[in-house]
Amino acid sequence: MARKIRVLVAKAGLDGHDRGAKVVASAMRDAGFEVIYTGLHQTPEMIVQAAVQEDVDAVALSILSGAHMTLFPRVLELMRAAGIGDVLLTGGGIIPKEDMAALRRMGVGDLFGPGTTTTAIIDYIRGATRGDTAAAGAAGQKPARSGPAKAGSAR
Amino acid sequence: MANAARTETRTEPRKRETSRAPAPDSAAPSGTENGATPPPLFETLSGIPVKPVYLPEDVKPGLDERLGEPGKFPFTRGLHPEMYRKRLWTMRQFAGFGSAEHTNQRFHYLLAQGMTGLSTAFDMPTLMGYDADHAMSFGEVGREGVAISSLEDMEILFRGIPLDQVTTSMTINAPAVVLLAMYVAVAEKQGIPPEKLGGTVQADMLKEFIAQKEWICPPRPSVKICVDMIEWCAKHMPKWNSISISGYHIREAGATAVQELAFTIADGIGYVEECVKRGMDVDEFAPRLSFFWDVHNDFFEEIAKFRAGRRIWAKLMRDRFGAKNPRSWQLRTHAQTAGVSLTAQQPLNNVARVAIQALAAVLGGTQSLHTNSMDETLALPTEEAATVALRTQQIIAYETGVPNVVDPFAGSYFLESLTDRVEEEAMAYIRRIDEMGGIIHAVERGYPQKEIADSAYRFQMQVEEGRRVIVGVNRFGGEEEISIPVLKIDPEIERRQIERVRAVRQRRDAARWEQAMKDLRDACRTDKNLVPYVLDAVRAYATLGEISDLFREAFGVYREPAVF
Repeated sequence: MARKIRVLVAKAGLDGHDRGAKVVASAMRDAGFEVIYTGLHQTPEMIVQAAVQEDVDAVALSILSGAHMTLFPRVLELMRAAGIGDVLLTGGGIIPKEDMAALRRMGVGDLFGPGTTTTAIIDYIRGATRGDTAAAGAAGQKPARSGPAKAGSAR
Repeated sequence: MANAARTETRTEPRKRETSRAPAPDSAAPSGTENGATPPPLFETLSGIPVKPVYLPEDVKPGLDERLGEPGKFPFTRGLHPEMYRKRLWTMRQFAGFGSAEHTNQRFHYLLAQGMTGLSTAFDMPTLMGYDADHAMSFGEVGREGVAISSLEDMEILFRGIPLDQVTTSMTINAPAVVLLAMYVAVAEKQGIPPEKLGGTVQADMLKEFIAQKEWICPPRPSVKICVDMIEWCAKHMPKWNSISISGYHIREAGATAVQELAFTIADGIGYVEECVKRGMDVDEFAPRLSFFWDVHNDFFEEIAKFRAGRRIWAKLMRDRFGAKNPRSWQLRTHAQTAGVSLTAQQPLNNVARVAIQALAAVLGGTQSLHTNSMDETLALPTEEAATVALRTQQIIAYETGVPNVVDPFAGSYFLESLTDRVEEEAMAYIRRIDEMGGIIHAVERGYPQKEIADSAYRFQMQVEEGRRVIVGVNRFGGEEEISIPVLKIDPEIERRQIERVRAVRQRRDAARWEQAMKDLRDACRTDKNLVPYVLDAVRAYATLGEISDLFREAFGVYREPAVF
């Protein structure tokens, strides 16, 4: 069986809103992903370094401070410089639609706003990291709460 | 305004636009996909079961004693005998964005609209103790609130506003002592002594570690500085609330109403204990402690929370801490409608949510209130949205008749039973925290943090299973999304703010600055009250970042264990 999808859930900058990041991290874990959570107040450099070290399939960045138009491009640029430009960069937060579209044009993946279900995020990451549309057949499945839990932890 | 919003362009449903994977057409959760509506949950947002009908026997004996009269112990019915007949709550709308000049203009606008108190939102760098030109401030200057790096910014922020004629609330925590000192210094320049200043500095560090996550130093030195402020304000600022012990952020982070009440009161106990340990008389400072509640959607549970909170605090202060002054027994509170309850989908619906939440706060007997703007899940509020939010309070105050009667739900079988139940469940948490050795120990162990994260996850799963309904999100989602105008922050603000703080450092009296910084550094090595030293430093135009760096050097920097 293929290895589990590994995701780095990251909080960048000074933003301390971690409710969403933690809920999404828990849901991904319960859906069978291996989740590494960076904790708060990370610089783009720290996040990209963690992504390289942890050999992740996706970086999911949570930003609710309005700094998304500086932080996403910076992380993307550093990922490319570190040779992991093929790793999916996705995320969510309070991000206006036109900013989502602008970031997508730069090469950032889909971004998710308030009210998104964890299932939608999980299905998207599954599809985008495997290039496997069949994986998206899991859409709508309830996350298994007793799923294998490799809890992310401190760094 | 509704018309203006309707003329905006239609946008595709969020899910279709944002997901490459095949997804259901609407944002319907899995539970409702086959048209099967899950059974409704007959329980409050805290999970307290509710019966179809309440009868006299649902209210335990001894109600008269548990209620008291309005204005009398245990204040279940409110702090004042006549409540809003004598004086309405303060309508205090939180504002702050961009530069000090922008926010100053917004303050003047809001005062002209009939707002009766100022409330300042600071940007992330200010909240975390960084000047605008620090590397960590990159991209964040002026985004979520006003950027304040030095006394000069503060002078601009309050230009043309006589500080003895307004009350000002400042939502600032880790560097609160710096902003308090700057406010006092601005007043000095207006010729107003600190004893004439009315307002509040949030300065509640325990809830930062629990929920809001904006900190500089570890919990113990952070609490020490909070106690310094409580002590200094008790002596010099008799009209000032030296702390706002806040449930708001705890709730927003995912806590239930019961958890919000319990952890906030536990924080209050923590501060009182630290002040008493320092040798202060409880009646010296307790009358200036204030609270801050979230007001969420569960109408009756919210009213019960306000009432139970006053009763718990009155009993604790009188019986556990031996306070003699009735003012020490009073839980005075600000309230804000629940930002977390607002939806990005169908944002106009938020006006209705806010109105209902605001009504609960008034029925709960709040002393002041902020009503959220409908666009806050999208960006900082536009002027138009902020005005509708203020008008919502004015409609409750002047059109509904609600303020004419004190605590009109008293004696309701349901509400009294719910108030008792909320009190009992909160007290169970408080006892558990006492057994852990108090709130500081509990926070260091991550206990409230974990409880809150678990509640947030439980709530999200209930929403995704369709058992909790959010109108416009997991039920009644329209195919079209209405776009409303959102406030944009000019990136130019960051550049100008950087220039200004650098100019202040160049221009100030270097010798005076150096002396003040040295004195503050020395004081940090002792157990002296730091407020007078910080005041001297800000008068010498030491910046917020420089003072925060001294704290980092003296007390260390806090790093949270990254667990979820």
